[in-house]
Amino acid sequence: MDMWIKVLYDMSANMILPTTAAFAIAAIGLNVHFGFTGLLNMGQAGFMLIGAYGFAIATIAGWPFWAAVLATIAAGTVFALLLGIPTLKLRGDYLAIVTIAAAEIVRMIGRASVLNDVTGGSNGLPGETFRNTFSVLSPFPDGKTAILWFDFDNTGVNGWFIRLVAWSLVVIFAVLVWLLMRSPWGRVIKGIREDEDAVRSLGKNVFAFKMQALIIGGVLGAIGGMFYVLPTSLQPDALGRNMTFLIWTAMLLGGAATIWGPVLGSALFFALRIFIQGTVDILVPDSILNTQQTEQFSWIMVGVALMLLVIFRPQGILGDKKELNFNV
Amino acid sequence: MVNTALARRSSPLSLRVIFGVLLGLLVLSFTLGTGAPAAHAATSDVCVANAETGCFTGTIKGVGAGVKLTIDGNGLNVPAETDEDGKWNAAVTVAGVYTITLDEASLPEGVTLKGDAVQERDITLGFVKATIFAVDGATGDGADNGPTQEQIAAEGFNWDRLAQQVVSGLRLGLLLALASIGLSLIYGTTGLSSFSHAEQVTLGGLLGYTFANVLGLNIFLTIVIVVILTGATGWLQDAVIWKPLRKKGLSLTQMIIVTIGLALALQYTFQMFYGASTVRILMKNPDTFTIGPVTLTFESLWAMGLSVIVLILVGLFLLKTRTGRATRAVSDNPALAAASGIDVDRIIRLVWVIATALAGLSGVMLGLVLNGINWQTGMQLLLLMFAAVTLGGLGTAFGALVGSLIIGMTVELANFVVPGDFKYATALLLLIIILLVRPQGIFGRKERIG
Repeated sequence: MDMWIKVLYDMSANMILPTTAAFAIAAIGLNVHFGFTGLLNMGQAGFMLIGAYGFAIATIAGWPFWAAVLATIAAGTVFALLLGIPTLKLRGDYLAIVTIAAAEIVRMIGRASVLNDVTGGSNGLPGETFRNTFSVLSPFPDGKTAILWFDFDNTGVNGWFIRLVAWSLVVIFAVLVWLLMRSPWGRVIKGIREDEDAVRSLGKNVFAFKMQALIIGGVLGAIGGMFYVLPTSLQPDALGRNMTFLIWTAMLLGGAATIWGPVLGSALFFALRIFIQGTVDILVPDSILNTQQTEQFSWIMVGVALMLLVIFRPQGILGDKKELNFNV
Repeated sequence: MVNTALARRSSPLSLRVIFGVLLGLLVLSFTLGTGAPAAHAATSDVCVANAETGCFTGTIKGVGAGVKLTIDGNGLNVPAETDEDGKWNAAVTVAGVYTITLDEASLPEGVTLKGDAVQERDITLGFVKATIFAVDGATGDGADNGPTQEQIAAEGFNWDRLAQQVVSGLRLGLLLALASIGLSLIYGTTGLSSFSHAEQVTLGGLLGYTFANVLGLNIFLTIVIVVILTGATGWLQDAVIWKPLRKKGLSLTQMIIVTIGLALALQYTFQMFYGASTVRILMKNPDTFTIGPVTLTFESLWAMGLSVIVLILVGLFLLKTRTGRATRAVSDNPALAAASGIDVDRIIRLVWVIATALAGLSGVMLGLVLNGINWQTGMQLLLLMFAAVTLGGLGTAFGALVGSLIIGMTVELANFVVPGDFKYATALLLLIIILLVRPQGIFGRKERIG
């Protein structure tokens, strides 16, 4: 019985992790790209990585917190511009290949040993080198606080402060996207998703609108990346291709083209993976699958779930099939 | 261009039966693979940093295998030894400061240590810490630099080095071509950019390890078995996944995401059965030979030869046979091909079999040429394949061949201009520039870019 309670605890603890919030922010950004605009961005982890580098390198260089946040936003914007200019006029799968390639280029440059002094090479940058400017903003006193069955530090590495900030941002960004999408701008964006030529014939500059959407989603990705590394450390390989694919899975699980889909999807994604891993760990004896293999098994299930989701329920949990356009 | 007389041919039933039997074999091979990692762990186990493990690693250029090091501290004493590339690594399970000592007596004759033989390094679990021991008098760059090996920044231009890099580039290009022609054929006939193609390459390499290393079969027999088995996975995939999805009318974007899900599932399946470490297909150290300025392993030589032969055969098949012509007809215009009596589904099934078999062949040979294969070897090449296919023109098989050779050369020659770490990045940058200037690729037609 204890083992099941531990699984339940792990599930709930994973749902409220600051990295889960960061993941959700990146998923909201991806949803702006894919769900609302119909852009096939396969390099969201690249946006996260470049945002994380922007924040970490600026902070290590001695910039104050808010300047480093601006660096993050600027990094996301520039990356979106660089990606968008060559590809937004091309067909969707070209954008997919270019975004995934660009994200890989960022990762390869980041982990290059030539840049060891700046990016930390393949070891990355330890969290304590850039975490302080954020931690000192905490209004909470030292010590620990227990809420429900969770007992965390107030301000520590993985404490209540960063959880509160990260999840507040999730809510703020979700509401922002909701406001954006019911504005005239949002209607044009959704129009582009439905029929680009029709929007163009109305005299709208489709390229400019797509670029704006790419930048907004990209900046969300960059901020997500920043919050992903704050409680952990910046490791370029942790923000590689598979991260992008997991964000896609979470977004599709919750429901693309919905406001709360990416958020629900992110929280559920981590909880379900822990659930699979925990259940298999309890039910299958170690002689058949050891602990490491149960973890790998849970990731296999993530891949299978992604396939089944896209085939049988592409609109996810919250989505509306009519709102989806997979024909990019 | 399409011969209207291309009537439906009887499906190769006997072929299907053979595949069915081989699928059983495939399952068997996986079962065998399960027990394999512990018993048959390769000599060069690569340390993988995770929550419980930190890795010390380093490369002592040009000293070859057998240089001994000890990592001492925090109650642990871990020995390490360099492999033939001078690489060494050691796993520790406790964070803290360690003393790394290089045993000077184990250095090859004529090689002396330039700095301290004892170094202190601090490590955090989950991290890889590189430690450099500089030496004098080493034999220079290792003979056979495969694409996974790091190369230190360009040391200036000379003709000998150019010749070596050109041959390396050609080798990478040929192996890349084997894999990317399949990718291109799949794209051409179905419109699908298959992200799981990389895992087909990895599968080939790992099956090669299973048969040649674990079961000890002859390497050429292994290659034949691997090609048949990986081809069978293509047949199975099309039968179980892709054909039903085409019938269901799934959009291409959805299909791309399905391939991504499949790729994820396969990657972790490989890890589950084979572990995360690098395994070697052949246990003996490769022999090298030298022609003028170029030094290669014999494995590289015949891998290149075999690639050329197979590529020529594929080319002849596409140009000279009825089925090959039908394949190109489906690539050109599936509806028109169907109207002229070609069984489009049969052609697509065949394309999947050819594509996965070629990818598997490429995987075995990559494993031989790089002298090691792990669960992500294919994944590391996927974008180079996409670059090659895009460069040549999406969906054109011969474009993929030319594109692969150009990308292979780019990767290996990039060393002259940029530091070795950036050689893959250069190829990907090339991909983006091509899309900017000529999005349809070298051999593509404009209407494809939509």
